[in-house]
Amino acid sequence: MRVTFTANGKPVEADDVWEGESLLYVLRERVGLPGSKNACEQGECGSCTVYLDGTPVCSCLVAAGQVQGREVRTVEGLADENGELGLVQQAFVDAGAVQCGFCTPGLLVQTDALLDNDAQPSDTDIREALSGNLCRCTGYEKIMDAVRLASARKCAKAASE
Amino acid sequence: MSTRTIQGQKNLQDIRQASKDGIGGSPLRPDGTLKVKGEFAYSSDMWHEDMLWGMALRSPHPRANILSVDISEALKLPGVYAVLTHDDIPGSKFYGLEIQDQPALAIDKVRYHGEAIAIVAADHPETARRAVKKIKVEYEVLTPIVTEEQCLNPEVHGYVHEPHEYKSHGHGNICHSQKLVHGGGVTDEIRALADVIVKSDYEVGMQDQAFLGPESGLAVPAEDGGIDLYVATQWLHVDRQQMAPVLGLPEEKVRLTLAGVGGAFGGREDLSMQIHASLLAQRTGKPVKIVYARDESFFGHVHRHPAKMTYEHGVTRDGKLVFADARIVLDGGAYASASPAVVGNAASLGHGPYNIPNVRMEAIALYSNNPSCGAMRGFGAVQAAFAYESQMDKLAAAIGMDPVELRQLNAMSEGDSMPTGQVIDSPAPVAELLQRVKDMPLPPPLDLENLDVRTLPGALSNTSHGEGIVRGIGYSVGIKNVGFSEGFDDYSTARVRLEVIGGEPVAMVHTAMAEVGQGGVTVHAQIARTELGVEQVTIHPANTEVGSAGSTSASRQTYMTGGAVKLAAEAVKQAVIEKGRRRYGWTQNDLTLAGGKVVSESAGALIPLVDLLGDEAIDLTREHHHRPTVPFDKETGQGFGHVQYTFCANRAVVDVDVELGLVKVVELTAAQDVGKALNPLSVIGQIQGGCTQALGLAVMEEIIVRDGKVRNASFTDYLIPTILDTPPIPVDVLELPDPNAPYGLRGVGEAPTVSATPCIVAAIRQATGKALNRIPVRPEHITGTL
Repeated sequence: MRVTFTANGKPVEADDVWEGESLLYVLRERVGLPGSKNACEQGECGSCTVYLDGTPVCSCLVAAGQVQGREVRTVEGLADENGELGLVQQAFVDAGAVQCGFCTPGLLVQTDALLDNDAQPSDTDIREALSGNLCRCTGYEKIMDAVRLASARKCAKAASE
Repeated sequence: MSTRTIQGQKNLQDIRQASKDGIGGSPLRPDGTLKVKGEFAYSSDMWHEDMLWGMALRSPHPRANILSVDISEALKLPGVYAVLTHDDIPGSKFYGLEIQDQPALAIDKVRYHGEAIAIVAADHPETARRAVKKIKVEYEVLTPIVTEEQCLNPEVHGYVHEPHEYKSHGHGNICHSQKLVHGGGVTDEIRALADVIVKSDYEVGMQDQAFLGPESGLAVPAEDGGIDLYVATQWLHVDRQQMAPVLGLPEEKVRLTLAGVGGAFGGREDLSMQIHASLLAQRTGKPVKIVYARDESFFGHVHRHPAKMTYEHGVTRDGKLVFADARIVLDGGAYASASPAVVGNAASLGHGPYNIPNVRMEAIALYSNNPSCGAMRGFGAVQAAFAYESQMDKLAAAIGMDPVELRQLNAMSEGDSMPTGQVIDSPAPVAELLQRVKDMPLPPPLDLENLDVRTLPGALSNTSHGEGIVRGIGYSVGIKNVGFSEGFDDYSTARVRLEVIGGEPVAMVHTAMAEVGQGGVTVHAQIARTELGVEQVTIHPANTEVGSAGSTSASRQTYMTGGAVKLAAEAVKQAVIEKGRRRYGWTQNDLTLAGGKVVSESAGALIPLVDLLGDEAIDLTREHHHRPTVPFDKETGQGFGHVQYTFCANRAVVDVDVELGLVKVVELTAAQDVGKALNPLSVIGQIQGGCTQALGLAVMEEIIVRDGKVRNASFTDYLIPTILDTPPIPVDVLELPDPNAPYGLRGVGEAPTVSATPCIVAAIRQATGKALNRIPVRPEHITGTL
């Protein structure tokens, strides 16, 4: 089948999609967006998290056909058009929250969604919001630091605007 | 030509100011930006025009004879390009890290659940899956050899590897064994010297590395008949060494490039898809990509050895250890993998960082029809630490002494001797590390008035509002070796190039080091900046064009490949200075490179590197070998077997729901001596990550194997700690330099994974009063409902 949807603001089209393919597979293997990651492919690890019409979802659990005509935003869409890192991306780099980085794309999207919803989450709020995103390298401490840093910068930016 | 001093420079102090991005700083990862943009190319992201997808058929049985394999139906499926069995292997059919006992594809029998029998290449992963299902295998299913009793009675229960095909150094179903005797050993006379004796059995479950990036890579057939493989691994050269004979190719025709690695933790030391993808690429003449799904990943790599251990300790009434006796039985599963090294570690490190005058030890690894076990972070030392630290708590309780005080009273320090007879010739601040974690402030007590259920055991499940919650505190300390041991020369190679690019001196570092997330690439650039006094450093992709960097394991990469980068950079520095001496006749003996210039302590800045180098590049390669070690004596375990020792101490604070058996680790504190923190941010990240894997082993993680069959090969059923399971991890880093090591550094990655598990269990014991001699601790162990 043919699937057409919007990925990071641009129309994309994938042909010869097998009905059993996931959105994750289409993104990674058919439309050149491999940033979303394939760690478990059964909705347990969160590393494939993308926005689907503005809501974070595990793209491995979304059938490709379900995204027909809809809007997808992936980790590749978090930086601006000039390639300038988004606030959450920069905070993850600065805080040392990236080691192997395989969990990072999903965590970035999930954190972006968290801070959109609540710019100043408590530590427990952060842990709850990110509890569906597994990381095996960091022990999560630097990820906590990164989210706190992104939160502080976001609040400072809002205050200055 | 006379020496010239460049005028108008800042004073010498400023010129020689070390770069903030040199060693000791925490510059940002060179791959960090790509990783947060989703543009870093991991092994599963590899793509090639016309590539095929490879997939393996794996055995559903742990032990069976293969009577026939019929691939005809699979081959008929449209889109299938090749189906291969062991008959199609052009070269040697066996491979292995230390012992070549593993067939690349099963030959007439399978020895573990998940063993690969045939491989398929097809135009789509679903086509490959369907083709795999169409391969017909006729099995004669045999009773698997899975218990220690079965393994040790091969005449009754059979051989995992028949005696005539045996390749290991052991015998029967024993893959490797190591004994150790120290002092007077353990005899009745020695036992009589102790006031109190504590003897217990302990058990450690099978842990999985659970790296997030699945085994994957792309094999591309080359015009010269060779293979170019882009792969996630821990050691490119040892992969090639194992692959080439199977592919029937000389090593130089097997070229490996490191693709992005999504974590490793030991699980990528052995080969997984490398040979399979290459065989399929050879056969089809097309690029072949293999990406394991998570369930296949559980079958496709080795795990941490499960262990059954018996420990006996004697202590005087005033807390001095008199003797220690132990037997450690590790289940190595079907193939040897790293079992010999794991046994060596268990035997030599298995009595912990303590001075014990009389010691006996026997460690063995079994061959069985369970999943193969090999390297995982802290191997051999992790299993033993759970036992000896549990013993320390029991001994302290038995004589009414504080458990930290008992440990400190017996703690080894520099100048003391290991049970192997090896004298520890660099700092060993065991007592101090314990004191540091003990002195750190405790988290506030549970506040029943202002509860947030998300912070309690059970968390979001809302299982308690504070009732039935009991807090416990536990301590532990551990010892791990750094680098490969027992006579192994695991040298590292580094190539450093210095040249002018765009009007600026730029260093390039080229090694085959596998960056698996640990931050080695960051540290290499830091070393080059420090040694060459330049700011711009590029990291060449890791590949087999340069010499071996050894494995990214055994906490060794900064020590070994970092050391090689240091040697190569120093050689480049000397070459630059010699070039200047020849050209300008400098006579000073105090020349170095700093701030992009050649600098003299006495005469100031002499010349910018840009001017001295001109169009010439200086490009030098050096090997770094650690000091030699020797194998342990097989019977006595004596010998200078280890390169370096590393120590970490921990304190755990836990809340336990004693009614439901649920545990929440409230805080996990670590103190570790790292010799010199080349990159403090990365060092702390390693310690926190290592502690968290130890937490997983303490209360969550186990591959459940029943009659040789894996029951939980998914992240739904094999649980690793989430951010909600993981507490704050305050870290205290001590820097006591090791005079034998580059910059005085001490390997960091594994010690916290060794030491942090026992204190969590100790804390649960304090909260519950339960014995808890098995990890992971499960709810039913706490509630007693098992």
